[in-house]
Amino acid sequence: MSLEIKNLHAQIPGREILKGLNLTINPGEVHAIMGPNGSGKSTLSKVLCGHEDYEVTSGEVLLDGENILEMAVDARSRAGLFLAFQYPHEIPGVSNANFLRAALKARLPKGEDIDAVKFYKTMYARMDALEMDRSFTSRSVNEGFSGGEKKRNEILQLMMLEPKYAILDETDSGLDIDALKIVSRGVNAMRSENRGFLVITHYQRLLNYIQPDIVHVLKDGRIVKTGGKELSLELEERGYDWVTEEAVAA
Amino acid sequence: MVSAPETHDLPHPSEASDISDIRVDSVGDFTFPERNKFDSGFGITSKTVDYIADVKGDPDWIREFRHKALKIFQDKPMPTHWATKDLENIKFDEFRYYLSDGQKPKRSWDDVPEDVKKTFDRLGIPEQERKFLAGVEAQYDSEAAYSNIKAAVSEQGVIFVNSTEGLHKHPEIFRKWFGKVIPTGDNKFSALNSAVFSGGSFIYVPPGVKVSHPLQAYFRINSEQFGQFERTLIIADEGSEVMYMEGCTAPKFETSTLHSAVVELVAMKGAKIQYVTVQNWSSNVFNLVTKRGIAHEDAVVKWIDCNIGSRLTMKYPGVIMKGKRARGEVISIALANSGQHQDTGAKMVHAADDTTSNVISKSISIGEGRSTYRGLVHIPKHLKGCKNNTECDALLINSNSHTDTYPAISVRGNQHSTQHEASVSQVSSDQIFYLMQRGLSEAEAMSLSVNGFINDLAKEFPMEYSVELKRLIDLEMEGSVG
Repeated sequence: MSLEIKNLHAQIPGREILKGLNLTINPGEVHAIMGPNGSGKSTLSKVLCGHEDYEVTSGEVLLDGENILEMAVDARSRAGLFLAFQYPHEIPGVSNANFLRAALKARLPKGEDIDAVKFYKTMYARMDALEMDRSFTSRSVNEGFSGGEKKRNEILQLMMLEPKYAILDETDSGLDIDALKIVSRGVNAMRSENRGFLVITHYQRLLNYIQPDIVHVLKDGRIVKTGGKELSLELEERGYDWVTEEAVAA
Repeated sequence: MVSAPETHDLPHPSEASDISDIRVDSVGDFTFPERNKFDSGFGITSKTVDYIADVKGDPDWIREFRHKALKIFQDKPMPTHWATKDLENIKFDEFRYYLSDGQKPKRSWDDVPEDVKKTFDRLGIPEQERKFLAGVEAQYDSEAAYSNIKAAVSEQGVIFVNSTEGLHKHPEIFRKWFGKVIPTGDNKFSALNSAVFSGGSFIYVPPGVKVSHPLQAYFRINSEQFGQFERTLIIADEGSEVMYMEGCTAPKFETSTLHSAVVELVAMKGAKIQYVTVQNWSSNVFNLVTKRGIAHEDAVVKWIDCNIGSRLTMKYPGVIMKGKRARGEVISIALANSGQHQDTGAKMVHAADDTTSNVISKSISIGEGRSTYRGLVHIPKHLKGCKNNTECDALLINSNSHTDTYPAISVRGNQHSTQHEASVSQVSSDQIFYLMQRGLSEAEAMSLSVNGFINDLAKEFPMEYSVELKRLIDLEMEGSVG
């Protein structure tokens, strides 16, 4: 059981972005991926989820043994893969509650529906944990939300859908320190021995709150260095240039 | 007057009315074998008009009215100079203009012929009637098969019958208003309807009566190469209120089907009429409908219109605000899928001081579908204090979907206020990606986006109809993605 990425190559027309990426996330682990702008961090999250703009030219991604690269976007989600978006989309006219219900219902056999009472109870409890006002249930998904509200909403979806593997793409961007703490608390509450996390971030700050087990440095489409959480502190201090040199030297 | 000839050459397959003998593809796409006692035959001439007048036992003034209308229909050119050229593909000689089994509408579903009853059962009409309606009329091809009004409502003096019964039994009200809101010569298709009309509702609500539940009519086309021409006239007397709802379906045939209704509403002083349509025509139907209401002093006429399906729909519900402080509203939703053109809009004619009109239109174009908004707002110079608000929003689902907007707002004088807003948006592939990443299929993601787009308007529909609307949109989206 793991999310296993093997020798992954992916491109947009005319430009290869991921150039043989290897990474294995076991349930219970929190991996952080750090790297400079343009290193392929966000591409990795979109490729894993099956975004149509990217073409996988070789490699495999196995979710608990199953190659998900053959699967449609929605099937990957239902298989247990979740992405907290860097820029969550607005869905005008669709309430947060209806959206979550539809997403949960999509996981049930055709014709079955979720228990509405239980659903609201769970949702309210999780919203409380994220310090989200109840009015967010009836507001349109992300419409008119501040940056911080959008990120909290992503974590609410994570908490409701309870995926096996969750990718957080720059969840700290646009958050003030208070919001960062709340969001991190939500993520930490979801940490479990049955769930793996991949935390993509540009800055070390987030990792003070969501402490990773393993830190990777992504550069030019490949993981060039892997270490413990102390690596993130070193990166914060020294930047990314020395990592490249080391990789080349090795 | 000659007695109506029985039709020949038509089979009488009454034994074939079992559900297993019919084609079933989707909600409305099924048909039973024809067993028409009366069939006007193909094409339209003065003989067709006489045939219909004979079968229906029309009084002379209606027969004359029909003949005059036929002449106008024949003389008027197709309005292709402003509308789509697709109108030229209508072959008037290939339709039958009147089909009926010769039976009077029944007051009880138990008395309705088995195949017709099964049709309306499948469409959920008797169930809706039990649940939330004050009265139902169910029309099958040219005539009503079932018509009933709840006793409590009829005891208040409310009349709800088909147009034939209306003109025979209530001539004093019928004749006063019939053809007055929409003159025969308004357009080629109102003339066609006036020549061959059959079926539709006649409603009269006495002064001060507020009908608590909606009255509903359902128009079902069963036969191939047929035209349905119902005629509806609703009069809400002073201070009264009524909501009327109509639904329509037809099976999908290889050949085209024509539906051309005329609907006239009269809201007397302080009255309120709400007219709700949810149509779901199959994609071979030419749907060319003229709808207009007159609102007298302090009266409200509100059209809530949802157009799904058909090959071509041309429909611009209108309100003539004739009395001071009258209000006209058109709330419309149109959904055009590939091979469909929804050419819809509104006409608001301000004819008194301090009148208010509101037009909110949302259209959705899917695949190669095309939706067109055409609006007319007229405020003349001699009036004061008139207000109009027009909003039209279009949503495009695919890059080859098509939308056009033709608003014509003529405001003279400087004591009025108008505002017009239009927007075009597209469901982006990133939005669909976001929804699919949460586990929704592509069709579910599209459906949710479309339902979100019309959400604020769907709230205007009675709850039962907004549920139906959502279901119809889900079906359309399911069929439109690979």
